This record gives sequence, structure tokens and C-alpha cells, in this order.
Amino acid sequence: MQITSAMPIAEMVGANRLVLGNGIVHVVGDAKVSVDEEKGIRRQLVQKALKALQRDDD
Amino acid sequence: MRAVHYLNQFFGGLGGEEKAGAPLEVHTGAAGPGKLLEQLLGSNAEIVTTLICGDNYAVENQQSIVSAVLEKVREANADLFVAGPCFQSGRYGMAAGSLCSAVQAKLGIPVIAGMAQENPGADLYRDTLFIIDSGDNAAKMRDVMNRMATLAKKLLAKEAVGLPKEEGYIPRGLIRDHFVEKTAAERLVEMVLAKVKDEPFESEMIPTAFAPVPMPPGVKDLQKAKLMLITDGGLVPKGNPDRIQSSAATRWGSYTIKDRADLRSEDYEISHGGYDPQFVRQDPNRLVPLDVMRELEQEGVIGELYDEFISTSGLANPLSNTRRMGREMAEKAKRLGIDAIILTST
Repeated sequence: MQITSAMPIAEMVGANRLVLGNGIVHVVGDAKVSVDEEKGIRRQLVQKALKALQRDDD
Repeated sequence: MRAVHYLNQFFGGLGGEEKAGAPLEVHTGAAGPGKLLEQLLGSNAEIVTTLICGDNYAVENQQSIVSAVLEKVREANADLFVAGPCFQSGRYGMAAGSLCSAVQAKLGIPVIAGMAQENPGADLYRDTLFIIDSGDNAAKMRDVMNRMATLAKKLLAKEAVGLPKEEGYIPRGLIRDHFVEKTAAERLVEMVLAKVKDEPFESEMIPTAFAPVPMPPGVKDLQKAKLMLITDGGLVPKGNPDRIQSSAATRWGSYTIKDRADLRSEDYEISHGGYDPQFVRQDPNRLVPLDVMRELEQEGVIGELYDEFISTSGLANPLSNTRRMGREMAEKAKRLGIDAIILTST
């Protein structure tokens, strides 16, 4: 599965398990919040990714 | 005219899949479909050597096969090198493509291959080689061989080669000059008009085609699954040991994260010219989420995280590069028994 902030490119090439990242410059991060909050955001994105990996449908 | 012909174990008559591990064999004269090829090349043509190799052996030992074949073709004093036709066989096509491309580059003699359009070898080598479109039906052998021989004779005689559909080769994306009656603007307007009228027209641009990739089944038991992290954001250890290029990368690397709870900024740098790297430089976990993956591993949410992450730089890269690297990464993951991959892309 792919976490990406360039969703149109991933869709164009036919990637089929996609999660929208949190910006090109920090796909699984956030420079505007505290370190703890940032880690929370990262964890959420990764958990979403894990959910996508378990699915059988599109 | 002296030709060398490359065949896999099946067409070379060694056997089926059970002989796919067979190393390179050198036969004097034509073998299998090579006899037909020899006939079609004309009375002054001779297949002096046939090289036969098992598909698995050829793909697993690509470098040594390439040098062995180069040596044999040189020894044979060949004027022409032909590989296949390989039809749909992917491993055969990959071997044929790499051998033809090496012979063409190093020995400068004409080379011809034959493959189905869908063969991964065609995908990878169509820009470099004349590959006759063989279709997927091996019963069309005579037909395919005829087109391969016809084009080979043209190349040997240094005659002008016609368009892909005239000669039957897979389009190479070559651009050549020729005179036309109408300007681009006129042609374009005619095409647009034809399109709105639902009439047939032929575009002058060939769009890149991405064949749909079927979605593999979901991971059944995440708690037992072995996961791997990959990124195309160019995160590499300080000093960039594999010298991964920051644009149009031809290489990728695999870097240890064994016994590490997270990624430290002092250990890494970015080799990617397409985004502002300051944020990932401050904290590489913003690109490769190792800290969170370790937590999930400890909590038992996932079974295990593989102790290396793979990285390359995804920027301004020809598809032939990225497809090859993707295939190599997938092969590695498969070999390691990885159940799922999280790819983070900038």
C-alpha cells in the first residue's frame, strides 16, 4: 500500500491501496504541531494504512 | 552471414519447467525454431551457434550470462544475434532483452528479439531494441520468425526500416523527420472534428499506458504479518553509500533499522531534488515512520517489521528505470517472505 501526498500520480499509475499523506514535505509528519501531536498524526496515518492492507475490495 | 541464436530450455529442447535451472549450453548449428530461422534468412545465412539456457538460471545469473553470451557471439564472429521469439514468457523475455541489448551495445551487430507486447521484457527493452511483436500464440511461430528474418535482413543490408506497423515491431518511440502536407494546427483541428463526429482518427501522440494491476488479497492476520517500509523520498544514510541519484535515479538501497526505535536526524540525509527536504532532515520519521511502526510491533498490532528499509529517489525518472527498480524491490520482498509493504511517497 502507498501513503502519498501526490494522489493523482498514484491513481494514474494504477496503485490500488492508497492513503492520503500529510503533505509532500512530510508525508507522515506535521511540522506545525508539537512533537507529541505529530506522532499522533503519524500513528493515525499508519493505522489507516494497516486497515487498507487488510481490505479485499477496492 | 553468420548468426547466433538464443533459446530458452523449452524451445531449445532441453525440457519444460523442470529444466528451468539449466545453465547456459552451447550448441553448434541451428536448433529447434532456429532451423526455420536459418531457412528464412536465406541461402547464404548460417546459424553457427545456438545458445540455450534455463529461464530461471538466466534471470538469476544475469551478469554472468551476459558476459558468457558476449564471449560466444564474439568467438562465433557473428554478423547477427537473434533471441526468441519468447511470446508471453516473462523470464525468457527478460533474458532475451538483456542479451540483445548487451550484444548491440558491446559488439555493434544487428540484434532482433521477438516477444508479446505484454511481456515484461518488451516493456523494459522496447526503446532499445527491435522486438517483433510475437503475440502470445506459439503456433504462429512461422509467421513471427518470418517477420524477424525479414527485419534482420534489412538491418544487415543497412536498408531503411519502416514504421512499427509495417515491419511488425513493437513501437520504440523513435522520432524521425518526414514531410507532411498539412501543418500541425490543421491536422489537430481535423482530429478534433473527427473525434466529435465519432469518426476514426489516429493520434500522433502515443500516451503512456499503465496496465491495470489486480489488487492482491488483503492481509488476513496482521498480528502474524511481516511488514517492510519503502520510500521514494530519497532518505539515505549520511554519505549516501549507494550514491542514489537525486533525480532520474537508477539505483536503490536497503538500509538497516535493526534494534532502532526510531530514525535519528544525524544519521540520514536526503537525495531527492524534487521537494524541500528540511522537514524530513529534522526528523526522518516524517518520511519513514519507524517510531510508530516499532510501537505497533511492540503492542502486537503487527507481527514483525523487517529490519531494513528500502529507499530510492522518485523524481523525473523514465518509466523503464522505475519499473525495473520496482520489480527488483518486489523480488527482494518476495524472497524475504514479506507479507505487506508500506510505501511512503513524497
